[in-house]
Amino acid sequence: MRSLPTPIRALLLTLTVLAALFPLYGPLVAGDAYDFYLQKVTGILILCILAVSLDLLVGVTGMVSVAHAAFLGIAGYTLALYAPEYEAANILTALPVSLAAAALASLVIGLLIIRTGGIFFIMATIAFSQMIYYLFHDADFAGGSDGIYIMVRPALIVGDTEILTFDNPHTLFYVTLGSLVGIYLLLRAMLRAPFGRVLAGIKENENRVQALGYNPVVYKLAAFVIAGTLAGYAGFLTASQYGYMNPAQLSWTLSAHALIMVIMGGLGTLFGPILGAFALEGLHYVFASWTSHWELLLGLVAIGIVLLLPGGIAGLLLRLCARSAKAAAPDTGEPAGTPAPPRPVLARTPTTTATGGGALKMAANKEKS
Amino acid sequence: MDLSIFLIQTMNGVQYGLLLFLIASGLTLIFGIMHIINLAHGALYMIGAYLAWWLTSQVGNLFLAIVLALPVTVAIGIVIERFLIQTLYKRDHLDQVLLTFGLILVFDSLQSMTWGNDVHSVPMPEILSGSIALTDTLQYPVYRLFVSVVCALIALSMYLVIQRTRLGMIIRAGASNREMVQGLGLNIRNIYTLVFAAGTALTAFAGMIAAPISSVYPGMGSQILIICFVVVVIGGVGSIKGAFLGALLVGLTATWGQILVPEFSGVVVYALMAAVLLWKPRGLFA
Amino acid sequence: MLKTILKGAAVGAAVVGFMASAQAADPVKVGVMLPYTGTYAALGEAITNGMKMAIEDAGGTPGGRAIEYVVVDDESEPGKAPANMEKLVSGANVDMVVGTVHSGVAMGMLKVAREKDAILLIPNAGFNAATGPLCAPNVFRTSFTSWQTAYPMGKAAAHRGYKKVATITWKYGFGEESVEAFKEGFEAAGGEVVEEITLPFPDVEFQAQLTRLAQIKPDAVFAFFAGGGAVKFVKDYAAAGLSKDIPLIGSGFLTDGTLAAQGAAAEGIMTTLHYADTLDNPTNRKFREAYKAEFGKDADIYAVQGYDTGLVIAAALEATKGDTSDRQALLAAIRGVTVNSPRGRWTFSPAQNPVQDIYLRQVKDGRNVMVGVAAEKLADPARGCKMM
Repeated sequence: MRSLPTPIRALLLTLTVLAALFPLYGPLVAGDAYDFYLQKVTGILILCILAVSLDLLVGVTGMVSVAHAAFLGIAGYTLALYAPEYEAANILTALPVSLAAAALASLVIGLLIIRTGGIFFIMATIAFSQMIYYLFHDADFAGGSDGIYIMVRPALIVGDTEILTFDNPHTLFYVTLGSLVGIYLLLRAMLRAPFGRVLAGIKENENRVQALGYNPVVYKLAAFVIAGTLAGYAGFLTASQYGYMNPAQLSWTLSAHALIMVIMGGLGTLFGPILGAFALEGLHYVFASWTSHWELLLGLVAIGIVLLLPGGIAGLLLRLCARSAKAAAPDTGEPAGTPAPPRPVLARTPTTTATGGGALKMAANKEKS
Repeated sequence: MDLSIFLIQTMNGVQYGLLLFLIASGLTLIFGIMHIINLAHGALYMIGAYLAWWLTSQVGNLFLAIVLALPVTVAIGIVIERFLIQTLYKRDHLDQVLLTFGLILVFDSLQSMTWGNDVHSVPMPEILSGSIALTDTLQYPVYRLFVSVVCALIALSMYLVIQRTRLGMIIRAGASNREMVQGLGLNIRNIYTLVFAAGTALTAFAGMIAAPISSVYPGMGSQILIICFVVVVIGGVGSIKGAFLGALLVGLTATWGQILVPEFSGVVVYALMAAVLLWKPRGLFA
Repeated sequence: MLKTILKGAAVGAAVVGFMASAQAADPVKVGVMLPYTGTYAALGEAITNGMKMAIEDAGGTPGGRAIEYVVVDDESEPGKAPANMEKLVSGANVDMVVGTVHSGVAMGMLKVAREKDAILLIPNAGFNAATGPLCAPNVFRTSFTSWQTAYPMGKAAAHRGYKKVATITWKYGFGEESVEAFKEGFEAAGGEVVEEITLPFPDVEFQAQLTRLAQIKPDAVFAFFAGGGAVKFVKDYAAAGLSKDIPLIGSGFLTDGTLAAQGAAAEGIMTTLHYADTLDNPTNRKFREAYKAEFGKDADIYAVQGYDTGLVIAAALEATKGDTSDRQALLAAIRGVTVNSPRGRWTFSPAQNPVQDIYLRQVKDGRNVMVGVAAEKLADPARGCKMM
């Protein structure tokens, strides 16, 4: 993955600093409502983690998963079932257990479905997502359709000392923000490494990757498990934030919601989905406080974005940067095209074999039209 | 279980499968043939049902209402394809997800603003309101049989048009290779618009014809969306026959699943789809 | 229509607020968290209408304070429930919250209410736990528990001579709790539940189950469905010819707010609920007339529950003379309210759920007509509530 243009890096850094300083200026801006906004922003940051990890699958590798929330839910429910009733679960043990549950679930499901491609992969993720949903919705072990409480929020306890507790909204806020920054940097580094280049190559043309001696199945599975585990991390934070889990949080609707954030923000850019999450949640919040017909406004904005901003919000930013860079140095020769994920280094033989089947037909159609 | 109950339940499954095919028929065209990921399918189905309810209450007859409503839905399809979808053909297919997500919100909102949020039902047409005795206690509504027949006719005519006519050949060719069709001197733009409008009208028509047995309420569209994708995919994308057999299989599985393993009735259809995709990753009859 | 109502109320509140400002009293902030979009939107609308009507009936300024509504659309989305609740509690600093319809969403609200010690009035969601194991001094319910609406049907069914009954419902909390309660009542009265049929929520294809019911031929079928599913089930049941031989009974949600759509198919269905359209008391007559005049449609159970919530708020504010600063006094005032409701007089139980008459109703000519009182002054057992 190519490094980002300087203005975008500056923008992301500024936004991170602005977010980090929110507790300083928030009370001045929001007054009495500050507590709420802190929680709201924390909630959006958690969704950012979900969206960024989904981008690794959808935008980078080209695997469109509609089961992503299932892993969020599984980790959240694991925390709920694991946490003792009247005291705080220790993050030292609870977090690994929750992550392991999400990782295991994504490994098992991934193993089963990884060989399907295109539309069939999407449908296979829906199938498993729905099965997991009904498992939690219909059975009693985790509260059924009404959901389950975590009475005391998790805390980090070493020996007998409590180092931090998610009971404190500021702690949760900074942990979430720090996690998002960490996960984002980690994923960027990963994409710059050979591993990431293979993933990008898989999106471009799986056969070619195979021809070059890589086993795409292994790489896809690894991506699926990494993304699923990160979604699980988002689930751990979700369950910790309000201490409530409901089957709705592992439904395909939430997965689709995350997918919308990724597309709106800009596929395959990693930072785009973060902007997409803030845009979608922020607009929803603003419109809903104006009118009971907020759906109309949000729908029109979604349509407007897709028509006017190819490549989503990130696409717009990257185009703006490319334009200004071109204006500054007109002879660099690099055309300012749409910022689809950069061409993988692996790409050498530009042959496409259009075999049958919807997904490949889709790809072929896309290339030829 | 005696034989008659076995047969009745199997008939229930077949009839549910036919209903599912009817509901998913528009998606078979738009998604199965044209490969457009249309999340607004459920919303269009709902619009059809509401149009049927509203027009029936105005003109007093469901069939007249359908005749009046169909041109409206064709127009909706043309507008969506021409002004929205058409700009996206050259882009990533996921842009269609965002677009049709936006359309769901818009349609839901318009439905609520225009027709309110109450539950409604559409009276069955008088001549079809009777029923047939199956056992001494159980009857079968004639209208359900009528819906099954309509569905079978739709499936048959879709099959004939797509597989046996020149137009169908062009549509299939256009879906997999635009340039080839263009090279034949045909206007692919118009063909895409035609197919999308037909898919929209078919989806809305399903909503109308099913309205007397399904009741009309907000959110009814989102409830059928996933199952429709299941129906289209399970048999193998791109084939009418596959979608039809897939629908029957889903109907039978759902019905027998509820009888044999009621604890897992929510899961059986999805377990079926997972099993099918693991066994044949491109669908059963592809 | 909702918009006009909101606007009207806002204007009313503004005018009244102006008058009250002479007495230097800020309006009481009431958070309203209900579904205004999606499948349950009609219920959210009816509850809102009823509640505002009650406040207006009380002169608009109970205890000398105007009411300011802070409205949130909960979208019937449980995952967003705690955040939406926080918007009212921490964001708008409301004095109390009214909400909601969907039990999962109410669970999420309840978590926040318990932690932030916010006053919560639940105008519908009937999951037993809210006034059972999760009961709290600051949580009130003005509607019902699943148990209350279904248990009396058990006794009533046995009284009608049914020995063997099959039940059918969706596999989700509200449905399963209702069937459970019916079974408890029915078996206590000597009946036997021969089969419990469930469907995945919210499936509406009933043919396989109807065939099964025709096969086992019970004396009656107890059904729990609501909304669009209730309409479809009742119509399919009649179309399958079952209603001639196997009477359909249920908790009242089967036929409430849905009768217009069910039409003739619903005729004769017996249900139990804490309300009947034809209750013969002056409050109900006046309420139904006024509701129809103002909103152009018949009041249903949801409108009544909203109305009662408004009555509770008004009465409590009158009792504290508009003082919301003394929480304990305000909570005590709410607890002490006797609600003169369209459904008859009721009071709060120690678990803070209505102690109310449950009526046996039958659908006649498109109305839920009262046949008798199935249980008088029935209190939920509130199992697991430490305030009992």
